[in-house]
Amino acid sequence: MKKIKIVLHFPHKSVDKPIVHHLVKDFNLEFNILKAEVNPEEEGVMVLELTGDDKDYKRGIDYLKKEGVSVQLLSQDVSMDRSKCVDCTICVPLCPTQALVKDPDTAIVSFIKDKCIACGICLRACPYGAMKIEF
Amino acid sequence: MRTIQEINEKIKSGKVVVLTAEEVIDLVEKKGANEAFNEVDVVTTATFGPMCSSAAYFNIGHSKPRIKLGGGKATLNGIPCHAGLAAVDLFLGANALAEDDPRNSVYPGEFQYGGGHLIQDLVSGKNIVLEANAYGTDCYPRKYLKTYLNINDINEAVLFNIRNCYQNYNVAVNTSDRLIYTYMGILRPKLGNANYCSAGSLSPLLNDPFYKTIGIGTKIFLGGATGFISWWGTQHNPCVERTKKGLPKYPAGTLALIGDLKNMSVEWLIGTSMVGYGVTLSVGVGVPIPILNEEILSYTAVKDEDIVAPIVDYSCDYPQRENKVLGFVDYAQLKSGEIELNGKKIPTGSLSSIRKAREIADTLKDWIQKGKFTLTEAAERIPSSDSSYKFKPLKEKKVENEKD
Repeated sequence: MKKIKIVLHFPHKSVDKPIVHHLVKDFNLEFNILKAEVNPEEEGVMVLELTGDDKDYKRGIDYLKKEGVSVQLLSQDVSMDRSKCVDCTICVPLCPTQALVKDPDTAIVSFIKDKCIACGICLRACPYGAMKIEF
Repeated sequence: MRTIQEINEKIKSGKVVVLTAEEVIDLVEKKGANEAFNEVDVVTTATFGPMCSSAAYFNIGHSKPRIKLGGGKATLNGIPCHAGLAAVDLFLGANALAEDDPRNSVYPGEFQYGGGHLIQDLVSGKNIVLEANAYGTDCYPRKYLKTYLNINDINEAVLFNIRNCYQNYNVAVNTSDRLIYTYMGILRPKLGNANYCSAGSLSPLLNDPFYKTIGIGTKIFLGGATGFISWWGTQHNPCVERTKKGLPKYPAGTLALIGDLKNMSVEWLIGTSMVGYGVTLSVGVGVPIPILNEEILSYTAVKDEDIVAPIVDYSCDYPQRENKVLGFVDYAQLKSGEIELNGKKIPTGSLSSIRKAREIADTLKDWIQKGKFTLTEAAERIPSSDSSYKFKPLKEKKVENEKD
């Protein structure tokens, strides 16, 4: 079994095809859409978490490439600089995946990396520059 | 009844009992104000958050030959200072930006460095570049000066905040279809989040709602050092509608604060960047409340659920100065991380740090217990709800003929 986060870039011509559907139907892959958008040039960008058998995963990725979809591992790495964080919690409601949470007793904010999809909104939101992204 | 003098004697003899504004709630709940009064002398309150009307002034010492900055131009690390005072006095606002800062020309602007960051850099002991142009006079002939400045070398370096410690504040939401960038943070469309900015039950003026002990001359914790309340703050508005317990339902009282920057610490003075809005300074403030009688004690037992704040739409009502409120919500709900408005659940975020506020309340408590900090009697009360003091909007008057 494999669980992996990938970034897919769909070219203009394939935005309207049910490609993700085939990942489930033909390759037995379970998916969780973490982020999806179509930019003004009508190219699609999607961040997926795929779970499935190693062999199915490879076949699924080959299928995506054949359809002209570029596939990258989600390698962007968001981190929190504890020395800069003041625990104000302004980032907490903005995080789309609840990767930033406030402890109800201590009022301290923690960053749960496994839940992060590297959308980057916390970097903009933090008034103290405590969130960093590396590629 | 108890006097400040009696409390100070207890501080000197090490017998003073100090509780934070959070700790005192339990005591009063268990024993009632009458009995609890005998068990506490001082309650410490605190807040830490962005305070936009923060500023600082400096006297940099006279150059040889002399230069008169007043009427000229001066920048510190590229940030313009107000050079409208005497020869070598400068005034710097926390919102000031370098002339070449892109601001919001690439929207939303990042606002990475400004007056607030400069104050933080100075306090941290970094060298700062002063560049100044003057017009030259017989007694001050020099016309240009460029030099490093260090906080340890200049004469005065004083933090002067003309508005701090807002007694309650708006909860900001956005009902429009587009994400907006405000001084209350990023607001998602269609009530995607609700942002607030008060320490609630820890906040100084919510623990002394009628300003019966907090006044002009009160000694406080400011930026990690001792400071003073110098006046009421700008936009002071004590006569707004209040709850039965006397707590203002809208932003109300404010304080102006002053203290020696040279003794302050960057732990409690942090330059702050609000994307799409600008720069400011986050300031840590702690105010002790002498428990002079049962009434004052009962005010300090204020709970988050007692304090309500107005929910304001920052997509249209706030910018257009429509005095519209979408609803009220209490600080227990706000601090829980989720509020409800018209049946919709909205996640909340705060600009004010409870963790930092607690640290300040604990530090001030420690100072008082160790005899390092005594209490002061206010020299004068600030206007309260029985005054006619009001925060007025601008009355715009058409300028007909500028030459007149």
